[in-house]
Amino acid sequence: MDVYQALADSTRRLLLDELSQRDEQTLFELCSRLAVHHAVTSTRQAVSQHLAALESVGLVRSERRGRHKFHSIDTTPLAAITDRWPLPEDVR
Amino acid sequence: MRLQTVSIFVDDQQRAVDFYTGPLGFTVAADVPLGEHRWLTVVDPQKPDGTQLCLEPKAHPAVPPFTSALAADGIPYLVLGVDDVAAEHERLQAAGVVFTQPPLEMGPVITAVLDDTVGNLVQLAQFTG
Repeated sequence: MDVYQALADSTRRLLLDELSQRDEQTLFELCSRLAVHHAVTSTRQAVSQHLAALESVGLVRSERRGRHKFHSIDTTPLAAITDRWPLPEDVR
Repeated sequence: MRLQTVSIFVDDQQRAVDFYTGPLGFTVAADVPLGEHRWLTVVDPQKPDGTQLCLEPKAHPAVPPFTSALAADGIPYLVLGVDDVAAEHERLQAAGVVFTQPPLEMGPVITAVLDDTVGNLVQLAQFTG
């Protein structure tokens, strides 16, 4: 999978949206946010697989702290997009 | 028929009772020695005849993998109703309690999730709707 495939799925984009609201979320919090904020009620297993896909391309990092696992967004891989198709000078 | 007792599995019964009667503010309802373990329950001090929470040892081999998988994914095993999640979050954090999820508005409920120090996550819930 590459960054384009990772971003091609709407649930994965919503996961990145929610992680950009608040970093270091558990799977439980992310599933709750998808359900309440976006009416997306995928199973925890499905959400876990989406997170693994995002992690495989470096858009999400997960960290185990004690007994719990927390997920964070890392937008660094998105640079591949603007490196490939640079933004005009007057944008950003 | 009434809901008499519900159980949660704990790593250590003494540490569990210390946490549930300490920062969480429950009182001991029953503490009966049973060989290696205890029949140990706590109850809401405002409702001494209410549902008891049994602090059950993790004696069965199926339990540790079950509870640790839930904890890893941040899934609470118990929900406690509170009047003000934000105030409880502040109070408990000041007392050293670790939260895996700070207060979050979820439609008609505000929730937060804390670590009970003996292997479980506990959700605080304030119903606003």
